[in-house]
Amino acid sequence: MDMVVCVKRVPDTAESEVHIDSSGRDIDKGRLSFGINEADNYAVEEAIQIKERDGGTVTVISLGGKESDEQIRMALAKGGDEAVRLEDPAFAGSDGLAIAKALAAAVKDLKYDIIFTGALADDDAFGAVGVAMAELLGVNHAAYVKKVEIAGDKIKVGRELEGGLLEFVEMDLPAVLTIQTGINEPRYASFKGIKLAAKKEIELKSAADLGLDASEIGEAGAWAKLEKFTPPVVGEMAEILEGEPEETASRLAGILKEKGLV
Amino acid sequence: MGNYLFEPVHDDFRKTVREFVEAEIIPNVDAWEEAEEFPIELFKRMGELGFLGMQYPEEYGGDDDILAEAVLHEELARCGSAGTAAGIGAHIAIAMPQIKYFGTPEQKERYLVSGIKGESVGALGITEPNTGSDVAAIQTYAVADGDGWIINGSKTFITNGARADWVVLAVKTDKEKGHAGITQFLVDTNTAGFEMTRRIHKLGWRASDTAELAFTDMRVPGDAVLGTVNQGFLQIMRNFAWERLTMSLGAVSGAQFAFDAALAYAKERVAFGKPIFRFQAISHMLADMATEIEAGRNLTYYALKLYKEGGQPFREVAMAKLFTCDMCVRVTDRALQIFGGYGYTEEYPIARALRDARLGPIGGGTSEIMKDIIAKTYA
Repeated sequence: MDMVVCVKRVPDTAESEVHIDSSGRDIDKGRLSFGINEADNYAVEEAIQIKERDGGTVTVISLGGKESDEQIRMALAKGGDEAVRLEDPAFAGSDGLAIAKALAAAVKDLKYDIIFTGALADDDAFGAVGVAMAELLGVNHAAYVKKVEIAGDKIKVGRELEGGLLEFVEMDLPAVLTIQTGINEPRYASFKGIKLAAKKEIELKSAADLGLDASEIGEAGAWAKLEKFTPPVVGEMAEILEGEPEETASRLAGILKEKGLV
Repeated sequence: MGNYLFEPVHDDFRKTVREFVEAEIIPNVDAWEEAEEFPIELFKRMGELGFLGMQYPEEYGGDDDILAEAVLHEELARCGSAGTAAGIGAHIAIAMPQIKYFGTPEQKERYLVSGIKGESVGALGITEPNTGSDVAAIQTYAVADGDGWIINGSKTFITNGARADWVVLAVKTDKEKGHAGITQFLVDTNTAGFEMTRRIHKLGWRASDTAELAFTDMRVPGDAVLGTVNQGFLQIMRNFAWERLTMSLGAVSGAQFAFDAALAYAKERVAFGKPIFRFQAISHMLADMATEIEAGRNLTYYALKLYKEGGQPFREVAMAKLFTCDMCVRVTDRALQIFGGYGYTEEYPIARALRDARLGPIGGGTSEIMKDIIAKTYA
């Protein structure tokens, strides 16, 4: 089973203060730490588990600057075989579709049975790249995958629906699967794996290397354009309680009781 | 972080260890502190992940990379329970090194291989009720008995002593001689005559088990001798620099942990209408703390660099241990002050951090002993 895993480097915003930067189109990332997108981490693990069970290869691909090598190396350290990083100033301003075009161009000449992506990116949350890539490559896809069973040249996958329900679908390979968090237990990279990964070359490809024209990618090739970020506006339905904690807590308790919510 | 010293592989390894500490240690440390021990399975788990063999030769399952072990000590010390870090540290950085340096191939095969896998746990027994850094005055003694030895005596403050599978003991084999009459023995704790007489309750480091051991006519075979008869003192000295370096690394991380907690609290806690970080008394305290931590980190990294290059930088290591362990007490004490009344409660991590920090200037050679060592290099 030859597999490709797409990984993205994202800022960790879960426990940090997030501020919009002066351009209004991005957040101030100066003080944030970065890591692999959570769902992509599960995608890497799924590919490596399949490789360990059934044999094959895992190629790691990321679109991003040199700092993305960190996430690529960790995926290699866990068991990835080869790696490609797509970097070009022309990729700036890409939406999910433009990213998918670049990734599809990178994988189309590789031998692959399954392409994995995370179901959703922690930063922009488009959830579009995997599905768009499948469309561009003309192969099957399934999104929010929480279970993978391989039977010959077919694959049976469980897709997570509302309330934890799984929908099972069967499809022919090759296919793109966008992986939901919780599908497996991602491993830690061992130091031995880290040392091996450090010796591997990460192949660098520009838009020209991929045969992509500037009009197809980046902002020019995007269907959606990011205009600006704004903090949520306090709506009329929202009531903000102000004052000392003791006072606001007792008022909150009163409101919850009054509305019959507790 | 320390890029002049560490390589990218160490930075990657740091992320791996940090992930592990955040997922599998931090959520449990409150319970482990309460129980006054962490689960023995932690050794096994860390062994599976390859975390216990960083400094050991590859032929015994290790990675032969001292900087990777340094990273491990730094990251473990961020778990908020120095006792947990100490239990692991006593095994990998204090007990096993004696076997790495002085063990026979058979001893290495038996104790290093299982120790690196976390399937056996070790301890080092030097301190006795009446002797600490004055190693030459130990009273536990062994007499030759046919092809073996009979050992009598006791040890105290032995980290992992209550649960270890084997202990490296410093024992007098020639009562007439001081330093030159000490031999190291590698003893299985299930040997007849070996007894764990009590667990010691401590101010801090609560998640590590600390025990008193007694040996009554304990017969050990000839091949229990570790290294050379009457060379034990020099053998013990061989790893002092590393033991002290690991304490410095832990002290810097411990101080950083307290600083991070105090900084976050100072930005959140509002008094007189503004976050207390906006009061100069508090922000200057934090500035002093951060400066001391950086000074300590860089002194430690300098000593670590000399050590890695193959020296025995006793002076620099003693300086690093002296400065960082005292500094960690000062920094955590100020952090507690910033937390005010909440800092004095068990609801915030600072009370424990201060208790834990207080061991630093005592364990592994007191601050006073470190000053003696430093002064001697100028005599």
